[in-house]
Amino acid sequence: MTSTDDRPAHPYIPNTAPATREAMLRAIGATSVEELYADIPAHLRMTEPLDLPPALRSEAELVRHVEDLLSRNTSTREALSFLGAGCYPHHVPAVCDEVSSRGEFLTAYAGEPYEDHGRFQALFEYASMMGELLEMDVVNVPTYDGLQASATALRMAARISGRTSVLVTTATGPEELSKIRGYLAPDLDVQLVPFDAATGEMDLDALRAAIGERTAAVLVKTPTYLGVVETRVEEIATTVHDAGALLVASVDPSTLGVLRPPAAWSADIACGDIQPLGMHQSYGGGHAGFIATRDDPRFVLEYPSRLFGITSTRVVGEYGFGDVAYERTSFAVREEGKEWVGTAAALWGITAGVYLALMGPRGMVELGEGMMARTRYAIERLGAVPGVRVPFAPSHHVKEFVVDVGGTGRSAAAALAGLLERGIFGGVDLSAAFPALGQAVLVCVTEMHTKADIDRLADELAAVTR
Amino acid sequence: MPAPDRPIRLGLVVNPIAGIGGRVGLKGSDGEEVVLRALALGAAPEAGARTVRALERLDRGTTRLELLVAPGPMGEDAARAAGLAPLVVGELGGDRTTAEDTRRFAAAMAERGVDLLLFTGGDGTAVDVLAAVGDAVPVLGVPAGVKIHSAAFAVSPEAAGTLAAWVARDVAAGARAGFREAEVLDLDEDDYRRGQIVPRLVGYLRVPREPRLVQARKAPSPAGEDAAARAIAADVVEGMEPDRAYVLGPGTTIRAVAERLGVPKTLVGVDVVRDGRLLAADVGEDALLAIVEEGPAALVVTPIGGQGFVFGRGNQQIGPRVLHAVGREHVVVVATPWKLASLAGMPFRVDTGDPRLDARLTGHVLVTTGYGDRAVYRIEA
Amino acid sequence: MSVEDRGTWPVGPKPPIRRFHQARWDEPVIFELSQPGARGVLPPAVEPGIREAVGDPAAELPPSVRRTDPPALPELAQLHVVRHYARLSQENLGVDLNVDVGQGTCTMKYSPKVNDRLATGPKLADLHPLQDASTTQGILEIMWRLEQLLKAISGMDRFTLQPGAGSVAIYANIAMIRAYHASRGDDGRDEVITTIFSHPSNAACAKTAGYRVITLYPDADGYPDLEALKAAVSERTAALLITNPEDTGIFNPRIDEFVDVVHEAGGLCAYDQANANGILGITRARDAGFDLCHFNLHKTFSTPHACGGPAAGASGVTEELAPFLPVPTVEFDGSTYRLDHDRPSSIGKLRPWYGVAPNIVRAYAWIVSLGAEGLREVAETAVLNNNYLMHRVLQIPGVSAPYAQGRRRIEQVRYSWERLAAETGVGSEDLGLRAADFGTHYWTSHHPWIVPEPMTLEPTESYSMGDLDEYAAILRRVAEEARSDPDLVRAAPYASTVHRADHGPLDDPDRWAVTWRAYRRKAGLDG
Repeated sequence: MTSTDDRPAHPYIPNTAPATREAMLRAIGATSVEELYADIPAHLRMTEPLDLPPALRSEAELVRHVEDLLSRNTSTREALSFLGAGCYPHHVPAVCDEVSSRGEFLTAYAGEPYEDHGRFQALFEYASMMGELLEMDVVNVPTYDGLQASATALRMAARISGRTSVLVTTATGPEELSKIRGYLAPDLDVQLVPFDAATGEMDLDALRAAIGERTAAVLVKTPTYLGVVETRVEEIATTVHDAGALLVASVDPSTLGVLRPPAAWSADIACGDIQPLGMHQSYGGGHAGFIATRDDPRFVLEYPSRLFGITSTRVVGEYGFGDVAYERTSFAVREEGKEWVGTAAALWGITAGVYLALMGPRGMVELGEGMMARTRYAIERLGAVPGVRVPFAPSHHVKEFVVDVGGTGRSAAAALAGLLERGIFGGVDLSAAFPALGQAVLVCVTEMHTKADIDRLADELAAVTR
Repeated sequence: MPAPDRPIRLGLVVNPIAGIGGRVGLKGSDGEEVVLRALALGAAPEAGARTVRALERLDRGTTRLELLVAPGPMGEDAARAAGLAPLVVGELGGDRTTAEDTRRFAAAMAERGVDLLLFTGGDGTAVDVLAAVGDAVPVLGVPAGVKIHSAAFAVSPEAAGTLAAWVARDVAAGARAGFREAEVLDLDEDDYRRGQIVPRLVGYLRVPREPRLVQARKAPSPAGEDAAARAIAADVVEGMEPDRAYVLGPGTTIRAVAERLGVPKTLVGVDVVRDGRLLAADVGEDALLAIVEEGPAALVVTPIGGQGFVFGRGNQQIGPRVLHAVGREHVVVVATPWKLASLAGMPFRVDTGDPRLDARLTGHVLVTTGYGDRAVYRIEA
Repeated sequence: MSVEDRGTWPVGPKPPIRRFHQARWDEPVIFELSQPGARGVLPPAVEPGIREAVGDPAAELPPSVRRTDPPALPELAQLHVVRHYARLSQENLGVDLNVDVGQGTCTMKYSPKVNDRLATGPKLADLHPLQDASTTQGILEIMWRLEQLLKAISGMDRFTLQPGAGSVAIYANIAMIRAYHASRGDDGRDEVITTIFSHPSNAACAKTAGYRVITLYPDADGYPDLEALKAAVSERTAALLITNPEDTGIFNPRIDEFVDVVHEAGGLCAYDQANANGILGITRARDAGFDLCHFNLHKTFSTPHACGGPAAGASGVTEELAPFLPVPTVEFDGSTYRLDHDRPSSIGKLRPWYGVAPNIVRAYAWIVSLGAEGLREVAETAVLNNNYLMHRVLQIPGVSAPYAQGRRRIEQVRYSWERLAAETGVGSEDLGLRAADFGTHYWTSHHPWIVPEPMTLEPTESYSMGDLDEYAAILRRVAEEARSDPDLVRAAPYASTVHRADHGPLDDPDRWAVTWRAYRRKAGLDG
């Protein structure tokens, strides 16, 4: 044993006292732990200790070491950040952090409702509040992230419609598009529908030309990756449904206080990412995906995710919870095993529920209105910088927009590097992914940004591109 | 589904002499002579006591139960011994109960629309119940016979009672109780007494699925056993070659293959398809041999019963001559993962009647368990 | 527990089995707590300067896309939100509350609080994934350092930390296997081999990647069947995906022979190290010849299970397979850390960004707090605890540990209550629900049940001898009750937050309700 020296017991390992170990070994009729490894042949056994740095056994040493490493980061609290593109800087209410860090939630896992009733109720409530935001009756227990949600929603649509092709707008964003292509291959093919160069909205003529009897679904994203609100959604829905296809809508839930939910314009499946609803950016560690539909068995039976439902128990008046339609047998045989759900992001579902309960109906409306006002202000301020153009300025935006700095003679990269030197993360360089947009930068403005922040961005952008 | 506005109705038929030969080494109770010999050897009927053990598991507190029983030793006695107040259906014909009595009372229960018919006995009793009720009502066997090869029995009397209680609760709650088709096998008792076990697949009874008390986490969307059979069928059909005759053995898993092709299937018999069309239905060994000798052929079989027999049990039509003609490389073995699990580690077995052929068939076999899914499983003779 | 007129003095010793009752707040669904006009948190108001400049752009949205009715969310003051969720939190049994040895295969170990604090501070929480690398050197260094630690623990040459969970890591491995064969023009390999007691995600992920899956069943002793493997390999074999020890806790002593058989057939071998907790510092993936492996950071390396995620996975490969790792990798040139997206042979991206960063920090902190000796102590204690618990559990009449009779287990055991179920009609699921009345629980196994009436226990290094004695005593008590009063067990639990639920409505399209709005509509509560 390694614990017979004089070192104090490691705080994470209770059974280290030699007397305890001997008592346990005696009970099981062994003389050493070595005997318990009898099935592992000698030639596979390590003869040397693992080559690891010395342990930091005291908590103080550990904290000092890890915090020293983390101190080399410059966070978005220390700089002025306009980065978005799928991971958003929203205010995280203290209550969200309080609930998501409670050990009772944090250290529970996969018990039945008889041990983990609270988890089931909290996730049922999350789905219920998302259901109100989306005006849909069925919402899943969260999947990994919004990209996964889009890809799965499209696969569901293909199973429901029995067709094999999907149409996706090019304003979906490179990462989401790559995820969809990868996840749908090889059973389904992905065709692209361009966006209108003037408005940034989906090109409806192109959609009508591309849609056909093989089309299982059309994915519309609103606001688009480039920040533009799709306004002709009812026409899109009519076109899609006339072709016998399903409309899948990827939406940002933080915008739904001001934007009509997709169910209201006849979308069949809604999906997206809940990171904006109470999750920190955490270097990309705060994502979780939602999928929502109407309450039709044709749709419900195609979810690969868990669905928690409310039911009665043996006690009158007591709410019980459990998995709805647990045995979903309708997966087409080619799909058997094609989609699985393991441990994903349940804690973020609970946290998003806390967020929606805190915000309430008025909070979500005020959030959306406030972002739209700040973003419009930023569009006007940046659009007024000499040589800087906002290509889709007349379109509606909620929290993101594109600027093209090409007119200044600087590249997007150079402008962003200049801003970085002045303590500003100015946005996401789009010049490689969207060359047609020129030296484009995607700028994100949320409720976190003040007028002074936006003015500073405009002034510094003018300075670095002068 | 609303809860029924009536008590839950359970039926009960006991074969009182089931198992009587077992304790005295006679293997079964079919035939009056055996019963008399058993009684002479000092055997005491146990079926009644086992039935009481099952009935004690019924939930009397929370569900309104109505228990319909056959008279006297065929149910009534056990129900009263368990402290229940049964409704007796019909009258006994004479001193000694017969298989005909079992069939008569089972049919009467079915006519009265019981929610579940419990029967106590062995394989022979299951055969009688099948003949009387078919798939008209769900049934569940309380094991009391010497021979329990049929899958229509619970593992113990207590388990049967518990399962019946769950069905009653589900029906009372208006829930959809789950049922599955269970193989009913019978053996020729004369052979059995001589140690030659040759079970015959005689049909299927509808029995309750094990209830789902809790839900296996981390696996949110399991395909059920029916879906697994459909997936297997898709795989098998996709692999079918033109101009090759496919001999479809008995079994529900193989019935799914026929369904996929859109052709009828003789559930307990052997059918042949070619190029997606039915070539011959319910064929015997000679007719089968003629077909497989005429052109390229393949066999699609699934293990029958609880002992994992792939050949020689339930599909005797596919005899050694047929196997020789088709060739081992053209044998497709299919089984759902549930079926493999039910074998609890036992290997597949073969007993074609030709020991040399059996020896050649042993080893490891690829089993189709889903669409694109194979298992490697042992076969022993 | 009986209530006397007076207590005793001094207070008597605590009984061996505690008189447990879980929190039962009978908490309404949050919509029922709504109070019109109440607010939980206020978004910042739009500043007058902005309002004057742009007015109200939301009002200019066309009617087709403008929401007119606010979403019908509940309205609560802040305290009421806090109280509601604090109550719900109490109605869970995680590692912090119970002797959580019953969730076998999940490695429910203690998740150190200090690591939670390190992972949620502003230097990480407020970091955006697209920041310039000059502003993210700290997290990049931690990712690079964790990779070095995992390399040492496994013997592999490179790791990616991008997978968001164990299943995603398995998927990453199979995707790299596919890319490897494709890079060699070896296109005929369309089969993947696994074993029935490997985690089912191995088969599922292989199918997702388009492979046929061949599953090996155990030999008569419960060990993976080498002869079956030999019968299964061919020129179509792309890979072997295998867990070791398997979910039965049995270590496959011929694991290197398995690898050799597959290598000779031209396939690759990927080691699912979800069950690595008992072999840290004892044996390594590379030493058995594996080409790839993966760890679950939320199991072996202590990051919390979080009610079902976010989790984290890590995939390791040999140098030969490193070109296929997902992008980006973290590279270090001796002075700076950077993300390398320029890897032409890469399988691409698995998820947005680079991994679940907070869990990467937690796993790193856990490993460095233990060091080489500490990890070995973790493994040895986990194995000692498991064999001790097995000894105690097998003394209970009616339970058995199928396969490999008389052999020790590594870090978990899949038990069977088959005998007790046959004797009493009370099955493993009933027994597990009764355990909830004593403040704990257990998991059966994946379906279909290969081991009849299963129970999978994995005690990890986190539990004391006293914890294990208490857990075994609870199981003994429950098994005794199954004999003496089966109805009592069949109707359990009684002391849990809730009683047995009716499953009927959950499977009935006319009654199932995944949201409160659906429930109110179907139950006719909307008037």
